[in-house]
Amino acid sequence: MRVHFTVNGRPQEADDVWEGESLLYVLRERMGLPGSKNACEQGECGSCTVRLDGVPVCSCLVAAGQAEGRGIVTVEGLAAYARHREDIHPGGGCTSGSCGTSLDAARRWQAEPTDGQSGEAGELAPIQQAFIDAGAVQCGFCTPGLLVAADELLESHPSPTDQDIREALSGNLCRCTGYEKILDAVRLAAARQEEAVR
Amino acid sequence: MAHTPRVSSVPAGTPTDISQGSRTRGGVGESTLRPDGTLKVTGAFAYSSDMWHEDMLWGHTLRSTVAHAEIRSIDIGEAVATPGVHAVLTYDDLPTACKNYGLEIRDTPVLAHGKVRHHGEPVALVCADHPETARRAAAKIKVDYAELPVITDEASATAPGAVLVHESRDDHHIAHVPHPNIVHRQPIVRGDAEAAAQRADVIVRGEYTFGMQDQAFLGPESGLAVPSEDGGVELYVATQWLHSDLRQIAPVLGLPEEKIRMTLSGVGGAFGGREDLSMQIHACLLALRSGKPVKMVYNRFESFFGHVHRHPAKLSYEHGATKDGKLTHMKCRIVLDGGAYASASPAVVGNASSLSVGPYAIEDVDIEALALYSNNPPCGAMRGFGAVQACFAYEAQMDKLAAKLDMDPVTFRQLNAMKRGTLLPTGQPCDSPAPVAELLRLVKARPMPPERQWLAAGGDGRTVDVRALPGGLSNTTHGEGVVRGVGYAVGLKNVGFSEGFDDYSTARVRMEVINGEPVATVHTAMAEVGQGGVTVHAQIARTELGVSQVTIQPADTRVGSAGSTSASRQTYVTGGAVKHSCEAVREELLELGRRKFGSYHPAWATAGLLLEGGKVVTDGGEVLAEVADVLEEEAIDIEREWRHRPTEAFDRRTGQGNGHVQYSFAAHRAVVEVDTELGLVKVIELACAQDVGKALNPLSVLGQIQGGTTQGLGIAVMEEIIVDPKTAKVRNPSFTDYLIPTILDTPAIPVDVLELADDHAPYGLRGVGEAPTLSSTPAVLAAIRNATGLELDRTPVRPEHLTGT
Ligand code: FES
Ligand code: FES
Repeated sequence: MRVHFTVNGRPQEADDVWEGESLLYVLRERMGLPGSKNACEQGECGSCTVRLDGVPVCSCLVAAGQAEGRGIVTVEGLAAYARHREDIHPGGGCTSGSCGTSLDAARRWQAEPTDGQSGEAGELAPIQQAFIDAGAVQCGFCTPGLLVAADELLESHPSPTDQDIREALSGNLCRCTGYEKILDAVRLAAARQEEAVR
Repeated sequence: MAHTPRVSSVPAGTPTDISQGSRTRGGVGESTLRPDGTLKVTGAFAYSSDMWHEDMLWGHTLRSTVAHAEIRSIDIGEAVATPGVHAVLTYDDLPTACKNYGLEIRDTPVLAHGKVRHHGEPVALVCADHPETARRAAAKIKVDYAELPVITDEASATAPGAVLVHESRDDHHIAHVPHPNIVHRQPIVRGDAEAAAQRADVIVRGEYTFGMQDQAFLGPESGLAVPSEDGGVELYVATQWLHSDLRQIAPVLGLPEEKIRMTLSGVGGAFGGREDLSMQIHACLLALRSGKPVKMVYNRFESFFGHVHRHPAKLSYEHGATKDGKLTHMKCRIVLDGGAYASASPAVVGNASSLSVGPYAIEDVDIEALALYSNNPPCGAMRGFGAVQACFAYEAQMDKLAAKLDMDPVTFRQLNAMKRGTLLPTGQPCDSPAPVAELLRLVKARPMPPERQWLAAGGDGRTVDVRALPGGLSNTTHGEGVVRGVGYAVGLKNVGFSEGFDDYSTARVRMEVINGEPVATVHTAMAEVGQGGVTVHAQIARTELGVSQVTIQPADTRVGSAGSTSASRQTYVTGGAVKHSCEAVREELLELGRRKFGSYHPAWATAGLLLEGGKVVTDGGEVLAEVADVLEEEAIDIEREWRHRPTEAFDRRTGQGNGHVQYSFAAHRAVVEVDTELGLVKVIELACAQDVGKALNPLSVLGQIQGGTTQGLGIAVMEEIIVDPKTAKVRNPSFTDYLIPTILDTPAIPVDVLELADDHAPYGLRGVGEAPTLSSTPAVLAAIRNATGLELDRTPVRPEHLTGT
């Protein structure tokens, strides 16, 4: 079958997709976007987390056909997505804690005309920078999924408590870091975000 | 199900270039950031499972569904006929007479022949144009198994008439073991434990059981093999030791080592699980047979069968002490289950025996450690390597003794703590600082986490935040049956490979002027598995050569061996090799300077010239020349091997010998809360103190300590591969059933770092990665015992052990 969707703000299509292929497989092996990771393909580790119309999902559990016509953000598009958050969430973040990215907003968003494939273009998203600065990256295999999940957390809860962070990231396994530095990174990104708002 | 080329692609097997940008500065001792950090947070870092090649095929392994059986026949007819399949291989297709591999003993078949010896053993290989085609074709292969009785423990292994797991052994241990189903056995006898026991006022005994742990690295076993025009093969793979892989691959393929070019591709964690081969030979065989690039990626289910695990163990201990709290003697017997193939079992036995007393001074000991062959999954290297199992048992013993003597458990340990100069049971003196008592003091001196935090989090002193309670959001308690406990433990781990192993590393360092600036390039074959070796190598080069620009070359087999990224050895040994090569480069550069400029300034003739900030300076700080002017168009390029002090084998009968290079020490204090009604445990805090000799990169050191601590926490309360004792089949090969700690299970891990230099090591450093994995498990167990008053002699602790159900 043929699947059309928007990936990191760009319309894409994939041909000859077998019905059993996961969104993760299509992104990694057909779209040339291997940033989302294949650590368990059982929906248990969160390494493959992407946003599907704004909602974080395990892309290994999403059949490629389910993505038809929808908008996907992967780690490769995270920086550009963060830059455009202002368009998506005017006024910066949501204080009620109930708001994610609306479906419409997610669809409206278009990535900058940069090299969204390699993820090398431009500045990093604040959460990406914080992961580097806090030493939250070791082998880095869990990192893309954690970044997507943490970025969504900060979008909906700009000042999370430690318990909030732990709860939000409890679907993402990391085997290397012991999570302390990951907590540090999310706190750091939240603090920087707050600074920026002031 | 044909596979169309993808929209855009990472060029085939391109190793990720982690040349240092301007963002990463800093020399030895600074918390320099990872050179690969930006690539890893943007998704641009190429892991082994990300490799891609135009026209590539997908490989798949058919694995045995039974643990022990004769193979009567294998029928591949239907699989071969499946559209899209390019090759199907069994044992009969192996190209040479060499059909086995192994780290120390070549006992592991590339593909099963005649017999399978464990559940999940590779039997056949398929490659096809889509991974699903390969999987389905493999499922069509018919294997006729005639099942054999399974050996699952010491009793079945050594029973009269027991089937031999390996019917014809010819390895160098067979003459020294009491039974052919024992891989290796190491006794250690020192002093007279029998006589010393007479002096004991109290004696405690314990039988302990340690479960089978999995490394559970997140990046699956994977890689890409590309046949090359000269009949050789390029292999891009995640491993811990490229050259060890190469040595095992070449004879099976029947190719000279030069024709197998190996490049490390991004490694998603290792923890010992990538010391043995997994898909390396399989992918090469499929690529050479099909003439096309072949990618193999295990899924998580297969990963549980694709690598060796931590040895489960049964440990029997006896300790004695006098009334005033002095240890008199220790006797122990440690039985490790090595599973179907030897892997690293002999070395694990060496560690378990020689480190079985832990960081305590005991003169009279009687020790025996052995590893079995069985039909359980093969076990080998995992972080802590033999020392972890022993630490769990001897620390439980220390608590039992302290309780019997009515002494504080920390005071009791401190009273018996080893120090610099203490002899190990092997007779080897510890010739470096051994701050065991101090590490215990540090964790004990930490302020305790506040009581009943769930109430504090609730805000008003009445409502509770269930998230802070055992059971969390499952809302299983509001604090009614919750009790707190505190436990301590300390451990001793050797650093580097022991027992006379030639544990060297190689580094190539190049210095040249690019755009007017001196630039250093470091090339080693060290596997960066996430530990941060690449960061440290650049720091060393900056410190030794006074440059700011350092490029780290991808690790491959074009440079000499770096040894394994394991045993906490890489910063010591490959770091040492980088330092050594940098020193040689510096000497050559200074020699060049002397020839060019020596006549202009007498200081060139003096010793003590340094390279700093791109300049040659005297130790008094006087600038003699710009490095750029010394080098001009020339490049200095030096490859050197580096070795630490040699070690020696342990005596086969007495275990005596200077077998280890260096030791590392860590202590933990665990604070837990247990819901005694449901048997749920919440670890509140797991404080660690460790001596690292010298923190080359303090940020990375913390990361290693916290990561190691968490793996120890995992084995304490949740992690275990469950093998059915009747069938030897693995019951839980998934992340649904094999649990590793999540961020909710992991507490705050405050760390105290000591830096007491070891005079024998580069910069005084001490290997860091493993020690924290030792003591965190027994500390958590001690805390749970303290909370519940239960004996708890096995790990992991499960709810039923706490509720007696
Ligand atoms: S790879 Fe999707 S959850 Fe693990
Ligand atoms: S799994 Fe390796 S950094 Fe998280």
